Amino acid sequence: MPADVVVIGAGVVGAATAWYATRAGLSVTVVDRGPVAGGTTGAGEGNILVSDKPPGAELDLAMLSSRLWRELGTEVGGFEYDAKGGLVVASAADGVAALSGLAAEQAKAGVDTVVVPAGDLAEHEPHLNPELAGGVLYPQDAQVQPMLAAARLLRSARRSGATVHTGVEVTGFLRSGGQVTGVRTSTGDLPAGAVVNAAGTWGGEIASLAGVEVPVLPRRGFILVTEPLPRLIRHKVYAAEYVSDVASDDAALQTSPVVEGTRAGTVLIGASRERVGYDRTLSVRVLRALAAQAVELFPVLAGVQVIRAYRGFRPYCPDHLPVIGPDPRAPGLFHACGHEGAGIGLAAATGLLIAELIDGQQPSLDVAPFRPERFR
Amino acid sequence: MVTSPSDGTPPAGRAMETYDVAVVGGGPAGLAAASAALATGARVVLVDAGRQPGGQYWRHPIGDLGAVADLHHDLATFRRLVAGASAAVRLFGHQAWTVEPAERGFLVRAVADGMERAVPARVLVLAPGGYDRQVPFRGWDLPGVYTAGGAQALLKGHQVVAGRRVVVGGTGPFLLPVAAGLAVRGASVAGVFEANAPAGWLRRAGSVLPVAGKLTEGAGYAAALARHRVPYRSRRAIVAAHGAESLTAVTVARLDARWRVLPGSERIVECDTAAVGWGFTPQLELPLALGCATRVDVDGSLVVAVDDLQRTSVPGVYVAGEACGIGGAPLAVAEGEIAGRAAANAATAANAAGQPAVVVPSRLRRRRRALRRFAAAMHEVHPVRDGWQTWLGEDTLVCRCEEVTAGEVRAAVDELGATDARTAKLLSRAGMGWCQGRVCGYATACVAAGSGRPVEADLRGVAERPIAAPITLSALANPEGAPRQQ
Repeated sequence: MPADVVVIGAGVVGAATAWYATRAGLSVTVVDRGPVAGGTTGAGEGNILVSDKPPGAELDLAMLSSRLWRELGTEVGGFEYDAKGGLVVASAADGVAALSGLAAEQAKAGVDTVVVPAGDLAEHEPHLNPELAGGVLYPQDAQVQPMLAAARLLRSARRSGATVHTGVEVTGFLRSGGQVTGVRTSTGDLPAGAVVNAAGTWGGEIASLAGVEVPVLPRRGFILVTEPLPRLIRHKVYAAEYVSDVASDDAALQTSPVVEGTRAGTVLIGASRERVGYDRTLSVRVLRALAAQAVELFPVLAGVQVIRAYRGFRPYCPDHLPVIGPDPRAPGLFHACGHEGAGIGLAAATGLLIAELIDGQQPSLDVAPFRPERFR
Repeated sequence: MVTSPSDGTPPAGRAMETYDVAVVGGGPAGLAAASAALATGARVVLVDAGRQPGGQYWRHPIGDLGAVADLHHDLATFRRLVAGASAAVRLFGHQAWTVEPAERGFLVRAVADGMERAVPARVLVLAPGGYDRQVPFRGWDLPGVYTAGGAQALLKGHQVVAGRRVVVGGTGPFLLPVAAGLAVRGASVAGVFEANAPAGWLRRAGSVLPVAGKLTEGAGYAAALARHRVPYRSRRAIVAAHGAESLTAVTVARLDARWRVLPGSERIVECDTAAVGWGFTPQLELPLALGCATRVDVDGSLVVAVDDLQRTSVPGVYVAGEACGIGGAPLAVAEGEIAGRAAANAATAANAAGQPAVVVPSRLRRRRRALRRFAAAMHEVHPVRDGWQTWLGEDTLVCRCEEVTAGEVRAAVDELGATDARTAKLLSRAGMGWCQGRVCGYATACVAAGSGRPVEADLRGVAERPIAAPITLSALANPEGAPRQQ
């Protein structure tokens, strides 16, 4: 019997889609050519951020997702959901003014913001560089362990009847007339009422198998991991430039400091962005920049050992918005990819919206800004 | 012999010339490579984390080999190699944290005294050696439980006898020198418990005879054990350690062919120290960082694939010694000599094609072949059977740094859908702590594979560490020669 839904991708977006679709009563099969959370999901910090998004469609999506993750943290759990809050800091007065301006706009869209003058920074983060000029606190920013989040959502979906096939590669689509009616895989055909492209950075390749174009490309990032420490850093702390780096169209390397502690005691240090294809080579230049910026933000880290570094490939689209919704060029195909560096955070809302659309419900949010055929 | 760390070290703070050959690792393979490369006239730099040459095998207190000479084997070779390598620029106390391709070859990036320094070379010989392969058992995290290599290092490096009453266990010929060394230095060795039945040696005499030196070595240790009345028992293993604060006893049990405990065979042996070894794990961070192709060796270890000139799949990168297959010091020396000659030839030959066939004498090739066969025979009689997993409770720690139990690793596979060792690691945090899986990587891969054997991809998944050694953020941020930022 055909499944109601085949989800391509066992990363966090595929897992959330499977979870919400299963909850809606649909029969779901998930396929991934690799293991669970083997792509970009396993290479990020697990951010659930509202702080880094100016008002607009993506912030609306992030606000919805932030609420859904909080629910999932209780309903599913087991993935270290931590409402730690985000603290964005600036080193000079004009930076603080810009931050406060953005915060005021975000507040109108429903984001909780607290402007923190320089003198109060230490109260929130005792080890911050005392020369910083001020910042904004975002209590809604949270973090999860992203691989566990994907694995736990999939396990929960499996217990409700979903099927997960890892190590199975999608090689093509089943068609009936113009309609997508399932996928061909390395181990046989999987007919389905609807197919969801949740292949992340590889979403463009899946789309092209269906004969449609979705411009998702890799944007490489490195993360440094320190030795386990007593809790030195309470929030996700990042510099104001991070917001402009995220939105940048420059292919060249950008780095801005993003520093946070984890429950395991390690401190994660990002963030770099560069468009170099799928080059997995360790870049010493990038690691140096990350290290220097982290020490600038938190001088206490100077003598701390880095024990690991890893890289991942963010799936970015030219307008930095994800691709979410049905593809009118290939009826039966839905896309849920291209979330760039916000995939963990936006996964819950993406999964919910896709499940609602497939199930024929009114989506909780207008997905028009994310429509797959918007690129010309 | 002069082994002071500053000897041969160029002054800090100056841009370094590009060497013909950089040898990373100052153990048997690295010393042999440096010595052989120098003999051809190449300019050689030797980089090692230790303060003096010798590696683990010829480990000794700073500047003083005499005090531990009786614990060592083949010191004549060591002295010959150190003399041969003395013309190299020697960077001891330099821990390589990464190697990367550069415009004219490679850069070895090493940390010394809290500062990073880049060493440029046309060609690389990597001789990183290996360390104890560990298998968890109940109580193995108690103070007093050492690896066999750890107990040996204390003895050779610091003249410290690990304990008063010692039990030695595991598998492999290395247990003999460890037990003999401890006994000779006054420990009461309550027994050597070899999980296999090495009588199998005799059936493989064909592979062993060409390297009779190895046999005499073994006979010497056996004699020392007999002299100190140390019992040697095969098909037995230390399957649990006991003690409240520290080790007070171990359970030793007889094993069946798959290494499951024979019921009723358990015996408590009182001791304050256990030295346990299950063979060795090659140290592969640097070759893997460069993308060298690997293979799984006879002993189940992930090793670098090399050709008969010790060339890896990456042009200009040679690997010698344990990293291309655990085989002991004599094999490492033979491989190092071949690698050193071939690397120097490749670095200095005006003829780009080189003439590799003539740079390695056939006696050296024959010697390596014979020693490789010996190593394979040794591995065949000392396998690690998967039955050790039946000794574990669900609550037995597999990863000590992150305190991850066998049950948690199994749950990552059974419940969370991990289908490979890397995913099991990331979902359970086994191998994510201080040691980055150096201790528990092999065991995690085995537990994740269940009754199956970990495949190459599993072993790679727990062996890749792009940061080969910890480096402080300030050293990373401020390399030597760059303007200071803080």
